[in-house]
Amino acid sequence: MSETITATSEAAPAAPTSPAASTAPVQHLSMQQALNRALDEILAASPKTVVFGEDCGQLGGVFRITDGLQAKHGEGRVFDTPLAESGILGMSVGLAMAGFHPIPEVQFDGFAYPAINQIVCQIARMNYRSRGTLPMRITLRVPSFGGIRAPEHHGESLEALFAHVPGLKVVSPSDPHDAYHLLKYAVSRPDPVIFMEPKSRYWQKGPVTFRPETPDAGTADAGEPPEAGLTGARVVREGRHVTLVAWGAMVARCLQVAELAAEDGIDVEVLDLRWLKPIDAPALVASAGKTRRAVVVHEAPLTSGLGAEVAQLITQGCFDTLKAPVERVTGFDVPYPSGDLEDEYLPNIDRILFGIQRVLEYRRG
Amino acid sequence: MDTTPTLVADDAAPLTHEQLRELYSLMAAVRQLDTAAVAWQRQGIIPGYAPELGQEAAQVGSGYAVDKSRDFVFPTYREMGVARAMGLDMVGYMSTHKATWHGGMYNPLESRFAPIQAVVAGSVLHAVGWAHGQTLSGKPAGELGAAMTYFGDGASSQGDVHEAMNFAAVMKAPVVFFIQNNGWAISVPTERQVAGGSVAARAAGYGIPAVQVDGNDVAAVFEATRNAFAHARSGNGPVVIEAMTYRRGPHSTADDPGRYRTLDEERTDAGEDPLERHRARLLADGTADEAFFAAAHQAAQDEEEAIRAGIEALGPRPGSEMFDLVFQETTPALESQAAAWREESEHV
Ligand SMILES: Cc1ncc(C[n+]2csc(CCOP(=O)(O)OP(=O)(O)O)c2C)c(N)n1
Repeated sequence: MSETITATSEAAPAAPTSPAASTAPVQHLSMQQALNRALDEILAASPKTVVFGEDCGQLGGVFRITDGLQAKHGEGRVFDTPLAESGILGMSVGLAMAGFHPIPEVQFDGFAYPAINQIVCQIARMNYRSRGTLPMRITLRVPSFGGIRAPEHHGESLEALFAHVPGLKVVSPSDPHDAYHLLKYAVSRPDPVIFMEPKSRYWQKGPVTFRPETPDAGTADAGEPPEAGLTGARVVREGRHVTLVAWGAMVARCLQVAELAAEDGIDVEVLDLRWLKPIDAPALVASAGKTRRAVVVHEAPLTSGLGAEVAQLITQGCFDTLKAPVERVTGFDVPYPSGDLEDEYLPNIDRILFGIQRVLEYRRG
Repeated sequence: MDTTPTLVADDAAPLTHEQLRELYSLMAAVRQLDTAAVAWQRQGIIPGYAPELGQEAAQVGSGYAVDKSRDFVFPTYREMGVARAMGLDMVGYMSTHKATWHGGMYNPLESRFAPIQAVVAGSVLHAVGWAHGQTLSGKPAGELGAAMTYFGDGASSQGDVHEAMNFAAVMKAPVVFFIQNNGWAISVPTERQVAGGSVAARAAGYGIPAVQVDGNDVAAVFEATRNAFAHARSGNGPVVIEAMTYRRGPHSTADDPGRYRTLDEERTDAGEDPLERHRARLLADGTADEAFFAAAHQAAQDEEEAIRAGIEALGPRPGSEMFDLVFQETTPALESQAAAWREESEHV
């Protein structure tokens, strides 16, 4: 009941998504290293990209995601801002209007709240307002979710809030490989992307597959074709009996659950949703349509969470084939609790196993 | 201790007679169009409008100093006179008030006029970001473009304004903060809105040079703005201008100023009418004569009629724009919502 993410998170690495994975060079990196490397390559590839936020410069960010980047790329490209989130995001709007590709950071998820006005009323709407003449090519990096026993406001799950806002796209990587590639992909796109980094996974290592021909080539330039396989969800473990849908740190946990369930002969499929907006509905329907049972797992509170959206998409696409209503295993409708209660709050292995049991044992009428 | 930093002096020549006359013509055009827009609202031609009666000098004087080849303006919802002084397409500008659109100019990059902003102080930070982009672009001082951001005394209470001034000062961003202090934030007078004496007074706290200017004197506003631009474009960082003026009409066509001030107060507090004042000056120094004023007002009337015709001719925007303009790259969910909308509203 009291297992923590850090103690048990060396889950089986996910299958690399690169199309040429077999011949591509592979390195074992932590997510922090993978993100740092991606930013380094992005900055090198496009002079229009700028990385900034609180303590992003000399310190390299409190999570060291921007470590060494200022020394390498200069203070014009990587800089510290005054301590003001609305300022950081509002400034991003103007930089994007001036043709730059801002990659701002808010230090912790809970501090995106002071910037909500700029994110929702400005960044999300400027393209619409300007009839597409002022694209907001902004990638907002948000160290997200809980699991590190941090103080209040350092462990929020804002995905439903962001995904609900027209004009924003939201993505969350679950391992170093995806972190590297999804960040590069997000920065290459012309729309604002909220990039939710699962901070409890920053230090977990995993294989990162680079492009075979040009392992270090940046993808930050406009016009680069979308990386195959990065735009939707991915099946990180195939199974026949039930689909677990998760994102961020919960993917690794669901993989652990799948291992345990396998000992009881339950064959669990794990789908990493990755994009929380737009949601890859066909992938959900394909997986749940095959297994005929689905459980959504997320850290955010239950009510009006993304689990409801996922459940509806599955229900709509697989109503006739489903053997049970889609189940949800989530955080509770409470403010994020203090560290000692974190393991009670976050979906843990037992609660996810119970969720699986509920869909397996469901009886009609 | 005197903490007020000084503005780098501008050595530009005084206004020519031609420019002084042009400033009058612009104010006349703005007064005419502004008055007409209120009438159009009463006639049901447009659903709503935010008048600027009395603010013509503040808007025309500052807008006239903008160099559209390099500067960028970040307006609020009340900068019709700035748009006109910048020579923008006024039918396009008015389409927002007609409610065919709520974005202001269709192409802000071309017009150098950012979308009309309903969130007070919302775009003040955008100006700082845009201006910092000028710095990052590596242009030498003197060739920089400057951002000019407009806001009111009410908006100056917003945290974003303070963040913006601090950011701009720390980054030495070429920004002109142009406060139109028209005495009111809807019903709340400046003295119940602004602590610290004035908005300009706050600039000292950020180490930003500030000037308070008579906002009813178009030439003074122009010169203050030109100085501020010169300072900012030379790489000296931001400037705060507080133009003291008075909103003579209602806050918007939905407002009833009789609930918070009397007509007598309005008359005594409003100060000199900016058009009358400039007219008297031009007459006194022989820069213009009655024939000039008559021609200016006739031109303003003709212009207003042409704009009204343009507005009446504006059809509704195609509904599909609702879906098409959300993203540069649309999403499957939006595509299917658009398809359902087409089908269900028989737009196929
Ligand atoms: C953030 C925000 N809060 C409230 C409003 C509603 N509102 C619109 S205008 C206004 C007063 C603004 O006063 P001021 O900044 O002095 O500008 P003025 O209208 O006098 O030009 C208010 C409260 C708003 N538009 N935005």
